[in-house]
Parts: sequence; structure tokens; C-alpha cells
Amino acid sequence: MPMIELDNVHKSFGANRVIQGITTHVSKGEVVCIIGPSGSGKSTILRCINGLESYDSGSIRFEGIPVNRTAKSITAVRTQVSMVFQRFNLFPHRTALENVIEGPVFVKREPRADAQAHGRLLLERVGLADKVGAHPHELSGGQQQRVAIARALAMRPKAILFDEPTSALDPELVGDVLAVMRSLADEGMTMVVVTHEIGFAREVADRVLFLDGGVIAEEGPAAEILTNPRNPRTQDFLRRVLKPL
Amino acid sequence: MQGFLKDSIEFLPILLQGLRLTLIVTAGSLVLSTALGLLWALMRVSGVPILAGISKTFVNTIRGIPIIVQLFYIYFVLPDLGISLTAVQAAIIGLGIAYSAYQSENFRAGIEAIDRGQVEAAQTIGMGWGLTMRRVILPQAFKIVLPPYGNIMIMMLKDSSQASTITVAELALQGKLIASSTFQNTTVFTLVALLYLCMSIPLILLVGHLERRFGLR
Repeated sequence: MPMIELDNVHKSFGANRVIQGITTHVSKGEVVCIIGPSGSGKSTILRCINGLESYDSGSIRFEGIPVNRTAKSITAVRTQVSMVFQRFNLFPHRTALENVIEGPVFVKREPRADAQAHGRLLLERVGLADKVGAHPHELSGGQQQRVAIARALAMRPKAILFDEPTSALDPELVGDVLAVMRSLADEGMTMVVVTHEIGFAREVADRVLFLDGGVIAEEGPAAEILTNPRNPRTQDFLRRVLKPL
Repeated sequence: MQGFLKDSIEFLPILLQGLRLTLIVTAGSLVLSTALGLLWALMRVSGVPILAGISKTFVNTIRGIPIIVQLFYIYFVLPDLGISLTAVQAAIIGLGIAYSAYQSENFRAGIEAIDRGQVEAAQTIGMGWGLTMRRVILPQAFKIVLPPYGNIMIMMLKDSSQASTITVAELALQGKLIASSTFQNTTVFTLVALLYLCMSIPLILLVGHLERRFGLR
């Protein structure tokens, strides 16, 4: 059984039909990258998967649990599917370690000492062992995003959703974040990544979805889609992304 | 000047009795208005239409009626309905309810100033509404709300003098009573003014301290 299943999902913001029938699935251990032009519905579909956004029709299931943001079961989904945001969204009033242990201690009710030990390990893992006590405003964008990844991992999730995780970063800070994500993929973490980093997608993704106009215009193995796209819209998009001028 | 000091020594003990009541009324209504104000604000942002509607109606009604009229209502009208309160109780409840409307608008502004991404981050780690408020939103809103809260505290201290209209012998009323029996208007009201000022200054310093302590960034 696939871990995440989407079946004919539709979503509108008023008259703006953002998602117009998306059907796909993500298996355990798979890394799926979603690419596409701005306004194609990439972020929206990602946000629907953990119920940050509601959808109008169709169905989304995580390990068989229907994703419904107003149902009690949404907490079960959210504690198993973590999310990393474009703008990090760290809690500014808490230190790096406090950000990381917030979910385990207050949602999963793990003993604080255990959560702290695990949290330190995770911060070390993302290369921030020396920033345990730093507040977000004392960290660079790249460091903040790595704390956010550690915060996502602290929930011991079965899958992680990444919403353009490097788009708000200065170019020289992108590499550190991508390196952490690459190592997660290597360890078999299930990941859905909305990204403009075509190089990363080519190297790490098992599968790439190209979204355009709220539908999957093309999907398939990363190497195939990114080097030999068949859909003219994919070809056009990649040409513009890879050669911006 | 010598006369002023001599009269001051005579009047001060009486004025200090009034000051005691001023402090009781201010502290009581501050606690009540803060608790109620937070409740209205949370109802307003709860996302539950009926709760938001009740809160909005209440706040707008209270804001539209002068405090003095609300005090009269509680002290003079409620006994007709079988609810008798002492003057001090009525003053605390009246000022507390009146000010809860302003407190709630302040709290709501603070809560709504917090970036939407914070709520989403809290949701994605499985936090429900209550936990998100308690752990994520309110601690951040606290810093935003603090300077206007200090302002409200000082206004409440001064508005506690309105309790004199329902016979609470607080500082302003004691002053008026002494003045009308001794005709030492200058001395008495200078003392009253100075005593209010002396109570405001610690409040101003406290808010300044809190702002530094919780670092407005």
C-alpha cells in the first residue's frame, strides 16, 4: 500500500481553480520532487497532504487515514508527516533546542530529558551542535532552515514535506540545507519536495512531478523527466529555469 | 510653604486611607479586566462564529457606554434585581468590565499581529488550538501587547477616581471631602495630584523594566 495517496484532488480559492484533479501516490522511502511554474499549485497540493489547506473534492489518505483538517484524526497525520517551510517558521521566542523539543514534549508527551537528548543529537546531525542555545534571530537563514529540519525530524515522522525549503536562502547557504536533505533521502526517509533546485531533483529524487495549471502535466523517473521531457510545457519550463537569461 | 507642610501632615493620614482604596479598586479591576479581556479576545479569534459574535457584541456595547453610567447601573440598578454589592465591589466589577473591552481589543491586536506561519508551524507538529495559543501565539503576543497594557494600567489607576461617584471614599473623594470642610483647596488637591503621580511612576518603571526584560525585537 502506498504511504500517501491522492485521488482526483480539486481545490479552488474562490474562482481561482488551483488544483484541478491530481492523482498520484508516494511509497514508503520514496523521494518525490514537485516542480513547475509559479501558480501551478505545487505548494497548495503539498499543504493539502497534511491538512494545512482543505481540498474541495477527491481524497487524500496517509497510510489509509483520510486527511481531513477538521477531523480529530488530523493530529495523527500531522505527528507522522512533518513539514519544512520556505520561511522556516521557527518559534522566535525559543532557542534552537526548545524549537526542536516543542512537539515531542508538548504534543507527544515525551519526557523532557529524552526529548532534549534526542534534540541535541538531531541538531548535531544537521551540523548545529554549537547552536543549541541560540535563538532564531541569531542564526543565518541556512542555519534556521536546518533547525527547522531538526524540528521536523524530532517528531520521528514517517514522511517529511518540504515547501521550497531553499527559496528564501542566500545562494551560498543553499548547499548546507540540500546536503542535509540528501542525507535524509539516503537513509530512506519518505520525502515530498516542492523545489526549484533542478540539480537536486535530478540527483536525489526517485520521481519528479511537473505541475502546470493545477494538473500533473508530466511525471516519471527524475532522469527521464529532467533530461528528456516529452511534454512541450515541461521542456519550456526547464529551459527557462536552467537558463534564466 | 510652612503652612503647606503643616496642613499636609494633618491631611495625609486621611488621604492615605483614600489611597488604600484607590489601590484596591485599581488592582481588583486590573485583574478582572485582564482575565475578561483575554477571554473576549480568545473568543473573538476562536474561529467559532457564535463565540466571536458574542465577544464582538459585548465589547462594542461596553465601549459605547460611559464608565460612570456602567458604575451607576451596577451600584444602583442591580439591587432592584436582588443583587446587592458593596460600593467597592461594584467599583471593581464596573471598572473591570468596562476596561475588559479595551483590554480585549489590545490582546486581539497582539494575537493577530503574529505571523500566520507560526500557527502553521504549530499545526504541523500536531498542536491543537489551545496548545498553539498557549505555547506559540500568546508568548509572542505578550511582547507586542505590553506597551499599550502599561498605558491601560495607568489609565485605570486614574479612572479608579470615578468610583467616587458611587460613594467609594478613594483618594479623589477623600480630597474633595477635606477640601470642602477646610477650604484648603490648593494644599489638598496638590497633595492628591502628587499622590496619583507617585503611584503612576512605579507603574511606568515596571512596564519599562518588563519591555527590556522580554526584549522587544
